[in-house]
Amino acid sequence: MTRSDLATATPSPTEDAARGPANVGETAAPGYAFLNDQDVAFLRAAVDRLIPADDYPSASQAGVLTYIDGQLAGVYGRGERMYLAPPHRTGTPEQGYQLGLSPAALYRKSLDALASHPLGRDFPSRPGAQQDAFLRELEAGEWMLGDVPSAVFFETLLANVIEGYFADPLYGGNRNMAGWRMVGFPGAYAHYTQWVGQHNVRFNRPPMSIAMRRDAVSRPGPAASDPRIPESARPRTKPRGTR
Amino acid sequence: MAKKLKPVDAVLVGMGWTGAIFAKELAEAGLRVVGLERGRMHETIPDWQSPAMHDELKYAVRWGMMVDVSKETLTFRNHSDQTALPMRQLGSFLPGTDVGGAGVHWNGQTYRFLPSDFTLRSHYSKKYGRDFIAPDLTVQDWGVTYPELEPFYDHFERVCGVGGRAGNLKGQRMPGGNPFEGPRSREYPNPPMIQAHAGALFEKAAASLGLHPFPEPSSNMSRAYTNPFGAQLKPCMYCGFCERFGCEHFAKASPQVCVLPLAMRNPNFELRTGAHVNRVLLDASGRRATGVLYVDGQGREFEQPADIVVLCAYGLWNVHLLLVSGIGTPYDPATGQGVVGRNYAYQTTSSVKVFYPPDVNINPFMGAGALGTVIDDFNGDNFDHGPLDFIGGGYIAAHTTGGRPIMYHPVPPGTPRWGSAWKRAVADNYNHVASIDCHGSSMSRRQNYLSLDPTYKDAHGRPLLRLTFDFPENDRRMSRHLTDQAERIAKAMGGRLTDRSDRSDTYSIVPYQTTHNTGGAIMGTDPRTSAVNRYLQSWDVPNLFVQGACAFPQNAGYNPTDTVGALAYWSVKALIERYLKRPGPLVQT
Repeated sequence: MTRSDLATATPSPTEDAARGPANVGETAAPGYAFLNDQDVAFLRAAVDRLIPADDYPSASQAGVLTYIDGQLAGVYGRGERMYLAPPHRTGTPEQGYQLGLSPAALYRKSLDALASHPLGRDFPSRPGAQQDAFLRELEAGEWMLGDVPSAVFFETLLANVIEGYFADPLYGGNRNMAGWRMVGFPGAYAHYTQWVGQHNVRFNRPPMSIAMRRDAVSRPGPAASDPRIPESARPRTKPRGTR
Repeated sequence: MAKKLKPVDAVLVGMGWTGAIFAKELAEAGLRVVGLERGRMHETIPDWQSPAMHDELKYAVRWGMMVDVSKETLTFRNHSDQTALPMRQLGSFLPGTDVGGAGVHWNGQTYRFLPSDFTLRSHYSKKYGRDFIAPDLTVQDWGVTYPELEPFYDHFERVCGVGGRAGNLKGQRMPGGNPFEGPRSREYPNPPMIQAHAGALFEKAAASLGLHPFPEPSSNMSRAYTNPFGAQLKPCMYCGFCERFGCEHFAKASPQVCVLPLAMRNPNFELRTGAHVNRVLLDASGRRATGVLYVDGQGREFEQPADIVVLCAYGLWNVHLLLVSGIGTPYDPATGQGVVGRNYAYQTTSSVKVFYPPDVNINPFMGAGALGTVIDDFNGDNFDHGPLDFIGGGYIAAHTTGGRPIMYHPVPPGTPRWGSAWKRAVADNYNHVASIDCHGSSMSRRQNYLSLDPTYKDAHGRPLLRLTFDFPENDRRMSRHLTDQAERIAKAMGGRLTDRSDRSDTYSIVPYQTTHNTGGAIMGTDPRTSAVNRYLQSWDVPNLFVQGACAFPQNAGYNPTDTVGALAYWSVKALIERYLKRPGPLVQT
């Protein structure tokens, strides 16, 4: 970890480094698939400055660490739906992300760099105001985390924290739908036909998540005679497949 | 070595709206038709069902229904003197994938363009003088007029079951509709949707300013509906999971619900999924397409010979196919010569938010993709451009499309981006904000174009499409003017404060704006300035037709789907009624 004004140009990641560590899980903290003990300590403190506790839980209390860990260990973490092919060049802000690192690789490099520096290592034990000051430096891009500009790591983390606080509890965050209760989002309701025209109505029903209805997620597909399928949508001839 | 398959009469590349339309119409005309779709099949049941579909993270944030950019993306730069770099993840626009394409996860906002939009250059030149249009703009007339397209708009709107209120029936002004629209031959097939709270607040404010609010034309059903083909749709439930999602209710028009079942029943039509078309094949003369080359899910290569080839993929990919197949002359911005890739345009969007006190409940989650109240007073040439220094305009709308909180948690200006104050502001404002969208036109200009990238390749080894684009000065001025008008309405809406989000002067591919990419294979009357003729038939290869918004010479201040659908019906009619009788160019040069 170095001050960004001392850093040299970003080197191109190798193909292996781009997708992230192959041995996900081997060094993970108990109960985690991707994050190790040091990661958890830093992130728990960091995410709770991004979303602190008040009448509603903090990010980590709402399961955001579990959410981030699951995301990094999965398809998102591996960047399977990103174009990561070389060459990697520094572009303009308008051209977007060009590092060629998957999110998992980005976190790994950044967290390892943080763990190698006193400011990162001691972060969890610092007072809140000092933690905020350091997070603001990361946000402003004042550090290089290995070869990752700190602003790139910070923006990714902030986006993931907000996701974890508001995504369906299915993904491990938004525990007890705390994020939804905080804003009044009812969740996975399917219809408001009788409400939408009642302007200014207060909708007070408790929220509902996909996770509450696992049975519905995994139910078998409906029969062709399912009454929900309009007659016009039922197949009459068998679609032919790929040759 | 590609395996050569049995020839067919017509092969369609891509099975979104235009592919489904061509599949049904050509099969019914007696042609043996094969539709090639690179994605998979998916349908209302079982694929789009609740509650699994109501997953903001999977579909809206991780782009579950969108193109996989690890396999196919484009490179981007603002100007020709920059090096284009890959769009490594989605952002500014979200092309679809799988059967139905973006027709599955669209909002359903179903607008006609204005009559003057189709004759843009001649309209402005005649009314304001030849020099009124800025010299860098390469805008031009379409080669088709509104009266010619009206029956096809009418038909597509009946296929989709659009709900709305006519403002102009056969030249007669109708109360409550859009007074600026071109004449409609009939009323909308369905009534408007139920108005949301934000729409009602917007309507009152706009009317108080002497403007003309009307309900947004919507392909989310306002009642049960059976389309002219017998396809049945059900009423919208206002669930708020429309844009970026498939509709679980059979309530949003899509190729799967409205058109495709009819094609699938016809033994003349065969759909092949997992079939990625890499190239259009030409004969030795280069003037005739002999079929297409595609790769299936197992990586096997096939040649599908066909007498007629129709490109029905998303507009960007249609242009890419033309370029990698060597069809037409690629556009060169240095000389202004060439047509393929010419006149790429987009949409110039901005927004204004109105923050209300806690006793005003907006309920943003009770929404639908095309639930909005709109004014068209500042669109097209509906207002006097004489004292202004730009052409074009846009609609201004209060939409209530859904309040999914990962992406929607508005906070007042000046709020920190994180921490306790941010959290409190999110909690305090979520249910008390109305959003006003400005949906501005996008003018084509000489420097904006599509071409092939010299460096980066897709998963099939083809050069990526390269996008060179920045907002023309004309559109920056237009957008500021449009946002001024929206702000004026916002201030009349009775909130405690408003917050204006102008579009950045420099186009960025990072923040989502809209999936309305246009141009690159534009229609016109002159083969020197257009890739296809007024029937969307290639000037260079007459047995090749190119569908989609890539045909737009510039983009109007409306969503494109109604015009894409109308053009497809206009094109397929000419193909069936004229081309089949006498194959060859439908327009002589």
